[in-house]
Amino acid sequence: MSEPTAAPDLMDLAQQPRGDGLSAEKPRSLWRDSWDDLKRRKLFWFSLALLILFLLMAAFPQLFTQKNPDYAELAKSLEGPSAEAWFGYDLQGRDVYARTIYGARTSIVVGVLATLATVVLGGVAGIIAAYYSRWVDSIISRVGEIFLGVPYVLGAIIILGTIAPVQSNPSRAMIMTVVIITLALLGWPILMRIARSAIIQAKHQDYVVAARALGAGPMRIIVKHLLPNSLAPILVYATITIGSYIGAEATLSLLGIGLRSPVISWGIAIADHAQYIRSGAHALLFPAGFLSLCVLTFVMLGEAVRDALDPKLR
Amino acid sequence: MAAPGEPILEVRDLVKHFPLTQGIVFKRQVGAIKAVDGVSFDLHRGETLGIVGESGCGKSTLAKLLMALERPTSGTVKVDGKDITKAKGAELKRLRRDIQMVMQDPYTSLNPRMTVGDIVGEPFEIHPDVVPKSQRRKRVQELLEVVGLNPDHINRYPHQFSGGQRQRIGIARGLALQPKIIICDEPVSALDVSIQAQVINLLKRLQDEFKLSYIFIAHDLSVVRHISDRVAVMYLGKFVEMGTDAQIYERPSHPYTQALLSAVPVPNPEGREHRRRIILQGDPPSPANPPSGCRFRARCWKAQDICASQVPALEVRPGVDHPAACHFAEAHDVVGAGEAGPEVPAPAQ
Amino acid sequence: MVEMLSEPLRSGSGANGTGALLEVENLHVEFHTRSGVAKAVNGVSYSVNAGETLAVLGESGSGKSVTAQTIMGILDMPPGRVTAGQIRFRGVDLLKLPEEERRKIRGEGISMIFQDALSALNPVFPVGWQIAEMYRVHRGTSRSEAKKKAIELMDRVRIPAAKDRVNDYPHQFSGGMRQRIMIAMAIALDPEILIADEPTTALDVTVQAQIMELLAELQRESNMGLILITHDLGVVADVADKIAVMYGGRIVEQASVYDLFRNPAHPYSKGLLESIPRVDLKGRELHAIKGTPPNLLQMPTGCAFHPRCPYRRDRCETEVPPLQPVGGTRKSACHYWREVLDGGTR
Repeated sequence: MSEPTAAPDLMDLAQQPRGDGLSAEKPRSLWRDSWDDLKRRKLFWFSLALLILFLLMAAFPQLFTQKNPDYAELAKSLEGPSAEAWFGYDLQGRDVYARTIYGARTSIVVGVLATLATVVLGGVAGIIAAYYSRWVDSIISRVGEIFLGVPYVLGAIIILGTIAPVQSNPSRAMIMTVVIITLALLGWPILMRIARSAIIQAKHQDYVVAARALGAGPMRIIVKHLLPNSLAPILVYATITIGSYIGAEATLSLLGIGLRSPVISWGIAIADHAQYIRSGAHALLFPAGFLSLCVLTFVMLGEAVRDALDPKLR
Repeated sequence: MAAPGEPILEVRDLVKHFPLTQGIVFKRQVGAIKAVDGVSFDLHRGETLGIVGESGCGKSTLAKLLMALERPTSGTVKVDGKDITKAKGAELKRLRRDIQMVMQDPYTSLNPRMTVGDIVGEPFEIHPDVVPKSQRRKRVQELLEVVGLNPDHINRYPHQFSGGQRQRIGIARGLALQPKIIICDEPVSALDVSIQAQVINLLKRLQDEFKLSYIFIAHDLSVVRHISDRVAVMYLGKFVEMGTDAQIYERPSHPYTQALLSAVPVPNPEGREHRRRIILQGDPPSPANPPSGCRFRARCWKAQDICASQVPALEVRPGVDHPAACHFAEAHDVVGAGEAGPEVPAPAQ
Repeated sequence: MVEMLSEPLRSGSGANGTGALLEVENLHVEFHTRSGVAKAVNGVSYSVNAGETLAVLGESGSGKSVTAQTIMGILDMPPGRVTAGQIRFRGVDLLKLPEEERRKIRGEGISMIFQDALSALNPVFPVGWQIAEMYRVHRGTSRSEAKKKAIELMDRVRIPAAKDRVNDYPHQFSGGMRQRIMIAMAIALDPEILIADEPTTALDVTVQAQIMELLAELQRESNMGLILITHDLGVVADVADKIAVMYGGRIVEQASVYDLFRNPAHPYSKGLLESIPRVDLKGRELHAIKGTPPNLLQMPTGCAFHPRCPYRRDRCETEVPPLQPVGGTRKSACHYWREVLDGGTR
């Protein structure tokens, strides 16, 4: 059939007005769009700057201070800020500034690793629950609810008390690992729920049905179709979680069940000086201030990311 | 391989009931949604069978059953002689190549995070033996060209295309495995009117070029008529009438078909005051609780006692040249001259 | 208290024009987005009288819904902005009225129903309550009295067993029923103009017929003016008196329904009519309009339709064709309307 109407349809190629009045438009993925949006937000740049600062502190504390954070001069105990010790000295006569800088590493490492563990644990559980549904979903959800039902602090006390009782003398790495595991164990159900609901939503989309109709197996559907479209809420929650875990670590230290010497962390600094707020407020307030700022950095970052990703979620 | 004119799809007594359960821990079945309740038909090579019906009639469920996306409660679907409902694993995967689908919504049927090239090329990744890896990109570009898109746009993302173009991408994806049958589930309903004609023309052209057989599900009766060779009218899980497009549109004999056709507004204002309309009362009943006997009897002006006790079979009735499932089937030209329309009592208030 | 519309409205803004009940004149609406300014409505003028049905025919991006929402005053501004034009209801320019006055007119003077009843109705309140709210808010009617009126209305729009269902929630009704509830709310205060924005697009054909029949009956009873926004040519042919065809934010043709279907005077209208499947064309290719609707952020120069137009010449690319009279009350925005009318070969 050589009717003239056949050729004009192919003239679509020249027209194509949707979104590309310039036919030289390059491929533009949704991630790219989100990134462009993110770049425009002042909040993002501000929190990114702070984040880089903290990361530098964690990776290269020497850049910020030459002092030894463990060097203690009891004679200087609780001395206030001065020209040689910007943040003063702590209870044991150690330089608070140095300890604050070195503390960044521990807090951030614990926060990041605990979040990673939570995301892996909760994410996998959520994906399996969402994909296979019915009784698999019921079991995983109920187990998650059990974990959720345990009061945070109580759970931490039990887990940490059992795994690493106060008397024994575990290594630094061991202590940190235990705390990380504890945080992940208590936190995974929330991430499971987020992952689960995101995947359930994605599961019902037409393109997933289309993939099944082509004969795609579960792995392909999960990895290529469900995950990329469910990442957004997980990403946002994970970013904010880093901040909250850093705070949680401090809580555990305050209770005496989390990190302890010889580890240096903000939480430990706060714990050690909680009762000295009258005589040595500086030793308490500077680490606390850094802690708050660090948590805030992650929360702000998470919020900027959420705003950038949000319209694309629709 | 079916020769032209032989049945390429044989559906017999297809039934899908979704159980309704009660109880939290131990679920008891208290009833069922009879979405598809006994459908049988053949599709011949190169033919287009149109299926029309309103919401709740079960046509989407029927599409899913034909695509083996749902397991039927009973019945068979034979694609080129092989029963797709009983197939599993690798055999099912192989059978899927023969029957593909084009979906309704161009905005949700494409994965927004994949490029067009990935989307159209995915069938080749799932079935690696169809096209060798080195030739896949070229094949994808060919497919894009065949559906009227610029093959240079292979790396673009769905949201960079218009609705009509996205539908073309979906069609390209459906063609990739060179299926014998394509199920078109409302392929133009979500498109602008000026674009619908383009896509319909494309589908027809592809059918001629690749010798495809279509099942065309839609609610737009004029579109169905244009593209179909035969038409089946579906109501509450059953076919109530089936015939060639001329038979259905010029001599509908089932009351529901007549009501359906008369309800379609004619794009011609001349004589509109004289058009007699059959306005059905109420809404289509829910498939969870269909009436006994003939399912249409609650809204039918011809209903008698026999309609409640005996389910009318889809068969050729006296005086009608095609099968209809009505005890009182009577052919009338509903769409043409209004005066010759059936005697319908005025709708009760 | 709310003043009833039988009282004369202020005529401060100047009561001019042809005296139609509702007159839109030279309306321009823009949207400021991050990617630029989208000109959604570019100089639209139409009018409706009591008892008349105006069909506004157009596809996505034509500006038909934005115009309607501007008339109702429910458009989000920002990002929308009315940059020019008047909307005169009974001679008074609505765009110049303060929000309070406009709110009174909304519902009592001009009312609107939408395509998707489910999202237009509040899911957490019973339908009777929502209908009664019209009376409670606008007329200060008592709760019990308003509820009685709600039941009356539900009867009027033929919802079976209205008395029993007045306390049901929207999700307990079918699509067609929900549409009727929305109609009930819209006509509760006896508006003079009803705007129906794609009221039947989401409905089944048999339900669509019921709803259109209901609207026709209500119109006959109250002599309401009806603005029907749709893309369905069948519905238009059935109920419209006059038609305004919109494309790219402009009106490209205005005619009576008989004139338009018999002999369109604009290539777009002609293309639409020709692309409908017809019995005698079965088996042949449909006459499709090539190309796609324009991108509002990057409108083509000159006539917005020229990239897709089989009649186009050089002039079309540079000069925007004005909406000009082509005989009687008909108007067409095409430089070569004569050719289109004569059915000349393209």
